[in-house]
Amino acid sequence: MDVLQLQKQFVDYRASLYHEGFLDEQFTQLQELQDENNPDFVVEVVSLFFEDSERLLNELTKALEQQSIDFKRVDAHVHQLKGSSSSIGAQRVQKVCIAFRNYCEEQNIEGCLKCLQQVKHEYSLVKTKFETMFQLEQQILTAGGSIPV
Amino acid sequence: MDGGCGGGCGGCSKDDIAVEFGDEPHVLAVDDNLIDRKLVEKLLKNSSCKVTTAENGLRALEYLGLGSDQRNTLEISKVNLIITDYCMPGMTGYELLKKIKESSVLKEVPVVILSSENSPTRISQCLEEGAQMFMLKPLKQSDVKQLKCHLMR
Repeated sequence: MDVLQLQKQFVDYRASLYHEGFLDEQFTQLQELQDENNPDFVVEVVSLFFEDSERLLNELTKALEQQSIDFKRVDAHVHQLKGSSSSIGAQRVQKVCIAFRNYCEEQNIEGCLKCLQQVKHEYSLVKTKFETMFQLEQQILTAGGSIPV
Repeated sequence: MDGGCGGGCGGCSKDDIAVEFGDEPHVLAVDDNLIDRKLVEKLLKNSSCKVTTAENGLRALEYLGLGSDQRNTLEISKVNLIITDYCMPGMTGYELLKKIKESSVLKEVPVVILSSENSPTRISQCLEEGAQMFMLKPLKQSDVKQLKCHLMR
């Protein structure tokens, strides 16, 4: 594939992520922060998001496995995840977190467990989407092109 | 990219734009969330600010020279603005704001509160306690431009 085709593929893919609700306007803000001095800013922040989210999901799993669930603790972790996902524009993850917090407030175990499943699923999806998008960017750069804004 | 307010900030008078900073303004950003710290740091650096981040209220107070075991007020680092998240474990942004406003040395430093929740009670509580502004997360570049224009002289 030539550079133009790779660029088109990338632009279409990125657009689809917005259309499908994976990403929102906040991700655009993130991209706009990147410049020649920090060309890897987006990748760095998203990588931090991956690490942080995986840690939080592990903590959530452990917290919800306890005999006596500490809902305050669960809520604190979900609050963190909601914040991070909102900051990078991972809209679908953020939305599940909102529902998750409501179940925490109600101390609804089943609701929480269901949300945990959902948030793990949405996280896994968005992670794959990001990885694919970064790969497409890399292909463009390798072919000597520049990433379309 | 220039470091000044440029044409993007409608609220600035001619005099404000004419003010040149000898040094870059120094901002202390407090947030328990790692991603948010990285983001606010970049936003501020893009606006030509020097940034120090702290992950909680206690660390922030120590940096400011108000730590519980600091009697020496000469240790205070010069900071032009403090931006803090509201929801933090241990000491909330509101509690941090109160401590800053109680300090004779630091009470003049503008404090901006950030929150993901648009709660009117929370907002008035913070403004009453002396917060300069209350802003919603996630922060955008345009928010930082606005901050710089109105707060830092």
